[in-house]
Amino acid sequence: MWDYIKLAVLGAIAVLAAIGVQYGWDLPYKVNAAVVMLAAAATFIVTVRGMERPKRAANMGEYNDGVVRAGVIATAFWGVVGFLVGVIIAFQLAFPSLNIELTGILNFGRLRPLHTSAVIFAFGGNALIMSAFYVVQRTSGARLWGGKLPWFVFWGWQLMIVLAATSYVLGGTQGKEYAEPVWYIDLWITVVWVSFLLVFIGTLYKRREPHIYVANWFFLSMIITVAMLHVVNNMAIPVSLLSSQSVPVFSGVQDAMTQWWYGHNAVGFFLTAGFLGMMYYFVPKQAERPVYSYKLSIIHFWALIFLYIWAGPHHLHYTALPEWASTLGMVFSIVLWMPSWGGMINGLMTLSGAWDKLRTDPILRMFAVAIGFYGMSTFEGPMMSIKAVNSLSHYTDWTIGHVHSGALGWNGMITFATLYFLTPRLWNRAGMYSQSMVSWHFWLATIGIVLYASSMWVTGIMEGLMWREVDANGFLVNAFADTVAAKFPMYVVRGTGGLMYLSGALLMVYNMWMTVRGLPAKSAVNTNNAIPAQ
Amino acid sequence: MDMYSLMREFADSWALLALFVIFLGVLAWAFRPGSRAVHDDIAQSIFRNDLKPAPDAAQEKPAPDVAQEKPAPDAAQRKGA
Repeated sequence: MWDYIKLAVLGAIAVLAAIGVQYGWDLPYKVNAAVVMLAAAATFIVTVRGMERPKRAANMGEYNDGVVRAGVIATAFWGVVGFLVGVIIAFQLAFPSLNIELTGILNFGRLRPLHTSAVIFAFGGNALIMSAFYVVQRTSGARLWGGKLPWFVFWGWQLMIVLAATSYVLGGTQGKEYAEPVWYIDLWITVVWVSFLLVFIGTLYKRREPHIYVANWFFLSMIITVAMLHVVNNMAIPVSLLSSQSVPVFSGVQDAMTQWWYGHNAVGFFLTAGFLGMMYYFVPKQAERPVYSYKLSIIHFWALIFLYIWAGPHHLHYTALPEWASTLGMVFSIVLWMPSWGGMINGLMTLSGAWDKLRTDPILRMFAVAIGFYGMSTFEGPMMSIKAVNSLSHYTDWTIGHVHSGALGWNGMITFATLYFLTPRLWNRAGMYSQSMVSWHFWLATIGIVLYASSMWVTGIMEGLMWREVDANGFLVNAFADTVAAKFPMYVVRGTGGLMYLSGALLMVYNMWMTVRGLPAKSAVNTNNAIPAQ
Repeated sequence: MDMYSLMREFADSWALLALFVIFLGVLAWAFRPGSRAVHDDIAQSIFRNDLKPAPDAAQEKPAPDVAQEKPAPDAAQRKGA
């Protein structure tokens, strides 16, 4: 009966989407409607085929690892896509002729949000969802709650990524940084994200451990806060049900403040809290030692929660924002330095007594460098939020360098290490196919980040100084185009760093592929990775 | 007083105080006497239930010290499979 209802709903969605393809007002809307139609049709076919087979109850005596495996594959895939687009736009900045004329699809302005969303929400989002699913099961001693709901979260998230990507390149955007998806994609994100929340809370609710391990606190705060930020920042009234355009409910400085309240806390809770959840589980596991101080992790968590949410206004120094709000943002950003470094120390000191493993274990080395970059970028960030520093750094490439030392160094490295941790375990292999390839990946990525960050420091500070340079009569010395010309060598270095980072990721994908395809299983792998222990 | 000023005044007085007190309360709770054993147990919990969910509450609960004896990597546990 349930299957028939599902088929009816899917059929209705497909028909409505087909109407959208026909009558949509703009190209992004029409193409997105076509994607929805195809997705509904594919799900319809899968459901029909599933009805022929006898229903098999989920084995409650094993973890739901299938969805985690899918997440590992998706994370690696979207990572490579996101890095590739990043390398392309880096070279577009160095060589503008690479903006190939193809009705605007390959312009920097369209590819840039594609890059940021691909790395943050596709690569980072999949990494967070799959590791949250893995960690919450292990630390709760319980199978994921919600039956097929985790799979809905997984496929719903992939659909969101495809919708957003196809929309961006055709010009669909709300014009809000990191919140570019148009109104109907935002609604879909909300549905998927609330399902994610339900699966997570449901699993915690039926946990067999008396306490909720700290990694889960970080994951849960990430899920709840991102839900709140997403809903408030994307409040908009669609122009028509057949258009991708919408009008935001806030305007002027309120809109700007809401956007950066969202934007900074997307960094704070999506890219920091969520990935700290990964750190607090995977680093102790890889080091085979419990976390250095559990008390410190509690303080780290609550200090982060109480402080982060106020830091957003530092994105709007010297604007129409009231002075007090700007100062508040600056002060909280600086105070935030403390818990961030507390967390960094807690992560690194987990290795105390196991420092020798850094010499032999490239995966642990990756974790350690990720934590190091977390510390560096959480020092650099508060410093840049100081108004005097910001007056030099704002609108320059220094900001881009800061973002990438955090994103490539912290988020990227910890995700790579997590993928290396999970792949052999999820596919039941003895270890990764090649440890030396992991080492190569480590060095390619690290040197790539160093090239990226240092070239952006040079070019950022240089252009900041050139913009403010005045002659004896008080006239500006440099035209904007002068700074663009002066930055060329640094842009080439940056692109090269990105290319190294991308090559490292390709090496990782090959290594993962060979681990799964090339190495024999330790024992038969069934659909749910059930290994009768003992 | 208009709404903005009213909320502004509340935010930088009582609300600020309340949040700060809650935060201090959390810290005090983390450092409460006797919390060390609890925290050590939670910190070790990641080394339990690595391969399959914990048995039903109705069944015999595994002695925690037995579980803690093998924080070994998966390889060791899976060898018997």
